[in-house]
Amino acid sequence: MNGLPPFQRLLDEHSGDVLAYLVATVGPQEADDCFQETFIAALRAYPSLTDGSYLRSWLLTIAHSKAMDHHRARARQPLPVAETPERAAHSPAGHPGSDPVWGSVAGLPPKQRAAVALRFACDLPHREIGAALGCSEAAARRNVHEGIKRLREEMA
Amino acid sequence: MSKTTDLGDAIGAAARDASDARASELAAEVARRAEADGLADVAYTTADSPFGTLTLAATDEGIVTLGLPNLPTDEILEDLAKRVSPRILEAPGRLDEARRELDLYFEGQLKDFDVPLDWRLSTGFRQRVLREIDRIPFGETRSYMEMAAGAGNPRAVRAAGSACGSNPIPIIVACHRVLRTGGGLGGYGGGLELKEELLRLEGVL
Repeated sequence: MNGLPPFQRLLDEHSGDVLAYLVATVGPQEADDCFQETFIAALRAYPSLTDGSYLRSWLLTIAHSKAMDHHRARARQPLPVAETPERAAHSPAGHPGSDPVWGSVAGLPPKQRAAVALRFACDLPHREIGAALGCSEAAARRNVHEGIKRLREEMA
Repeated sequence: MSKTTDLGDAIGAAARDASDARASELAAEVARRAEADGLADVAYTTADSPFGTLTLAATDEGIVTLGLPNLPTDEILEDLAKRVSPRILEAPGRLDEARRELDLYFEGQLKDFDVPLDWRLSTGFRQRVLREIDRIPFGETRSYMEMAAGAGNPRAVRAAGSACGSNPIPIIVACHRVLRTGGGLGGYGGGLELKEELLRLEGVL
């Protein structure tokens, strides 16, 4: 038994960030399922967590892994006729009325997509992005930069 | 520079639009599912009472804590995280029966609580004192000395008093029914005023 706060507090304080991250990476419709999976997995693992100081990064690491699982699962699924294989592996299914920025973020390579989402959907500093994605602060910064550069080119 | 910010703002705004309203709904769904899957080691809720907001918490064995209105819910949960488990979720369903019984008690329609209790937050002599207190009938009082004797050590009056003071489940384990020899009110964790109110409700005062 260590200094971990009640799990409900993680839900209260970080569910907005986790959902924003998932919406930005897997799209609004799939985000709900990934959100449930993220927090249930976190709850299972919670008592054995040894360090209670970076709980937001820890949750986002789990969310990231659930998002990757989701992308892999989608990539294996048979494709709807109208969609091209290249696009289907990344893009959230078409959401009528949803922001066009989704299509572009979803089309980024996985690391850039994750880094851009954490930076702008969750407002995380580079150090925490690195912690969540298991890379250095410098690598996190580079991925955000490259992702934004690419988005800007695409949208120009 | 400003272009990066604009684009970032657009991503942030789009993600927030889609998620802010939904996040709390989904969080409540997580708590429900955790309860159904047996992952909530402690379930809690808050309940209105004539004396203020109570915090109720239960393990799978029973009610483990009843926080009186003068104790902030956050503090109670912090303490439970340390002493029972950090897997604490707001899952009101587990507390429905306790809430119902408390409502009836406050209306003067219930004399004995039937909800199961989890005694794990007190041990040894303290727990024996509290179990002794739990046998005092509605509307009657006992002295600290009687409680000490009932717990097996008639001379440990002061320890019996501190066991009352540490009672994790007040009202249900009715430590308000314990008075000084001679009838003085003694102490009460929730404030003496509340002790008087409860004794009045039971027709003792």
